[in-house]
Amino acid sequence: MKAGVLTFPGSNCDRDLAQGFKLAGADVEMVWHKETSLPSGLDVIGIPGGFSFGDYLRCGAIAARSPICAAVVEFAKGGGHVIGICNGFQVLCETGLLPGALMRNAGLTFVCRQQQLVVDSTDSPYTSGFDKGARITVPIAHHDGNYSADEDLVARLRGEGRVAFSYADNPNGSAGDIAGVLSENRRVLGMMPHPERAVEAAHGNRDGAAVFASLMDAMATA
Amino acid sequence: MKAKVHVMLKTGVLDPQGEAVRHALGTLGFDGVEGVRQGKVIELDLADGTSEADVTEMCEKLLANTVIERYSIEMVGA
Repeated sequence: MKAGVLTFPGSNCDRDLAQGFKLAGADVEMVWHKETSLPSGLDVIGIPGGFSFGDYLRCGAIAARSPICAAVVEFAKGGGHVIGICNGFQVLCETGLLPGALMRNAGLTFVCRQQQLVVDSTDSPYTSGFDKGARITVPIAHHDGNYSADEDLVARLRGEGRVAFSYADNPNGSAGDIAGVLSENRRVLGMMPHPERAVEAAHGNRDGAAVFASLMDAMATA
Repeated sequence: MKAKVHVMLKTGVLDPQGEAVRHALGTLGFDGVEGVRQGKVIELDLADGTSEADVTEMCEKLLANTVIERYSIEMVGA
């Protein structure tokens, strides 16, 4: 599996995300935001956490209009796999690849803690290695993670099994306790929690490793 | 020529920041405030020949996230 990890000015989880892919056995190529095309042969693109372009205008808004993101949208629309974590989730919503939007946390404070999640859907290349309904612990660290979606959208996402992860106890006011969302074809995942910060013993737990391992399996059998 | 773009959250989208401002006003003794919505104003200096339609396109493509926000455009001067 070959993964491309994007870097924007202000990204700060790009190397952690690369490490998550590498520990699962993937080759990783870093991709600078000014590139207009993706490296050849990519199986998956990772959009990392951080504060791309200083969160100016709206979180992820400027990154979503960067040259490389045009290529990412094309890649996704052609059936490519894309995972966006934290700021990457915000970028994916801003591109329109995922529905909804991420707003300021309901409590208005930056939330940084170990967060318990429920694995809601195992029907995706990112979550097939989990047990459905499993409770896992993954760090969160964000100020704008309040997933905004109307009741119809929440019901549709739930009905279609497109809520990958939910918060066990909602830290930010997200509609429907939603922590991670899949695209219609289930190949694009956006999530606020950081699975790449829970992949080695030194992190305290390895609950996030199954995201990357699931992806490896999916690519091996594809 | 200038354009002023007003961006506000759509009706029905909760605005935690506006709510915090309302609460703070209440703390200061302003009891008459029943709701606060916070938005932003973006001022554009435009070259001659830039039309309101161009600004609309800017709003749709970048300045507003139409999933949660609505916008209005005010063309100023000539």
